Amino acid sequence: MLRESGDEMPLRIDYEYIETHVPHGARVLDLGCGDGALLEHLIAQKAVDGCGIDMDESAVRECISRGVPVYHGDMLEGMSMFADGSFDCVILSQTLQQAMEPERVMEEMLRVGREAIISFPNFGHWAIRLQLLLKGRAPITRTLPHQWYNTPNLRVLTVRDFVHFCREKNLRIVDRIFFSTSYRKVPRLAANLLASVAIFFVENRRQQADEERG
Amino acid sequence: MGEEGSVGIVETRYWRFAEPPDRVKLRCGAALGPIDVAYETYGELAPERDNAVLICHALSGDAHVAGMHSPDDPKPGWWDIMIGPGKAIDTERYFVICSNFIGGCKGSTGPSSTNPETGAPYALDFPMVTVSDMVEVQHALVCEHLGLERLLCVIGGSLGGMQVLQWAIDHPGAVYAAMPVASTSRLSAQGIAFDEVGRQAIYSDPDWNGGNYYGGRPPHRGLAVARMVGHITYLSDQSMHEKFGRGLQDEGMLQYDFGPPEFQVESYLRHQGDAFVQRFDANSYLYITKAMDYFDLPSDYGSLIQAFRGVRSRFLVISYTADWLFPTYQSREIVRALHANGVRVSFCELESSYGHDAFLLRNPAMEKLMRDFLANCQVDIRRAGSHAPGKR
Repeated sequence: MLRESGDEMPLRIDYEYIETHVPHGARVLDLGCGDGALLEHLIAQKAVDGCGIDMDESAVRECISRGVPVYHGDMLEGMSMFADGSFDCVILSQTLQQAMEPERVMEEMLRVGREAIISFPNFGHWAIRLQLLLKGRAPITRTLPHQWYNTPNLRVLTVRDFVHFCREKNLRIVDRIFFSTSYRKVPRLAANLLASVAIFFVENRRQQADEERG
Repeated sequence: MGEEGSVGIVETRYWRFAEPPDRVKLRCGAALGPIDVAYETYGELAPERDNAVLICHALSGDAHVAGMHSPDDPKPGWWDIMIGPGKAIDTERYFVICSNFIGGCKGSTGPSSTNPETGAPYALDFPMVTVSDMVEVQHALVCEHLGLERLLCVIGGSLGGMQVLQWAIDHPGAVYAAMPVASTSRLSAQGIAFDEVGRQAIYSDPDWNGGNYYGGRPPHRGLAVARMVGHITYLSDQSMHEKFGRGLQDEGMLQYDFGPPEFQVESYLRHQGDAFVQRFDANSYLYITKAMDYFDLPSDYGSLIQAFRGVRSRFLVISYTADWLFPTYQSREIVRALHANGVRVSFCELESSYGHDAFLLRNPAMEKLMRDFLANCQVDIRRAGSHAPGKR
């Protein structure tokens, strides 16, 4: 359903897992929502109350045409207009590595939302490590097809980096899913070596403790 | 998407209401009546009565938004590019309404209308009207005269966008969707400044005569200068550069005198000024610019968030990159305050090298947005029945 016909690769493998995870009727914010395909799908399948943010005018126009509410602008500026806890889920799909200020983006995501869903390409994948080691050049793979001089990816992070980041920021990892280059699920223990894409479901520990205390 | 067409030959109609003693109380405290409203409609009202789209016009607009008044009419309505069969606001699908606001000079009651108490034109005895007064009169037309309970969408650019915001605030149940384009929740100091220059140009024309020029020579010089200043604010540095550059008139030679216009841009502005005075009343220009200056939702309601407290419509807010008269940040303020109220809102800043005028010009991106937004609204209004699910 999220696959493009004639293409053997899933359009966006993370979409399917995000969809499974998002509860029915949830309030969802999608950062870097692109043409709104994910939100449109979530609205139709999960009756979510969704909103997207994107910088790209043509993507924003596409969202509006699809009937997906969208804000044309920077994600940090856009998130600043929402009160704390405005959303159940805030999605950042394959964009963290392109953010100018990923740390602030994460903070804001967990301010406006109860849970953050973050997917990113894993720079710790063995093929990337090998390319760097053997060729001594910036790696190019199917999930990271750009040259160093034209890549939109500003940040180089691995699965382990992200786990470390969560620990440092006192974030609770609720769930995590990893995929290989061939879009098969990868076991957690080998993820940093075998995963080409990672999805993390993260909550604020403090916030969660507050909720438990009631 | 079918072939684009024209709504054809159309006619301005008139409705009179608020006959004394049932005059309309205006915001300034004065009462006005009777009130004539000039309006046009195109397309058919659906049996479900859920396909009415109201267009709110800007400073110099009128009720004649689409089609021609006669077969040899040199110009169609002011937003004919948008409205007609197969166009963005498709008259095969929607029942489109546009009326001239009060204070204007295009058929609705304004300073050039006859004051029933004196039998002479009101001139400056005409009460000061505000954007909310304009909206009240439109509301009376739509609900009392046309018998509609709800509009599918209210659309307007610039001052028209101000009316759209006021509609959504004052009549939340009557506006399913709202589309303010190149607009603001309060006119900026810069906007007031340019309006004041325009007014000063009119005051300083001896023919203005304190507003009493009806039956005599109207203050054409002053009004033309006001229009010239206005026109500069509707363009952009880039659009002027592209349209005129430093291009010279006929001979292509500098004349080194103060005679006829030398630069193309001078000639253009003079032409705009001269054409405008043939169709517009100077006192109306004064009243309407004042209504724009007074428009300030944050101060009227304590804050912009407060202003949108009861809003139930869904919104599509649009701005243009090169619009420096109603810059994008002002649209963003609207969007932020709507979001703070949980209103379902989309915002898009469209790329355009034209300035504020961009909303009046052909723009395929804008036309597609409007077409799709309206179509989505219609699907949803029909699915929801009588509910107004604009609120998150």
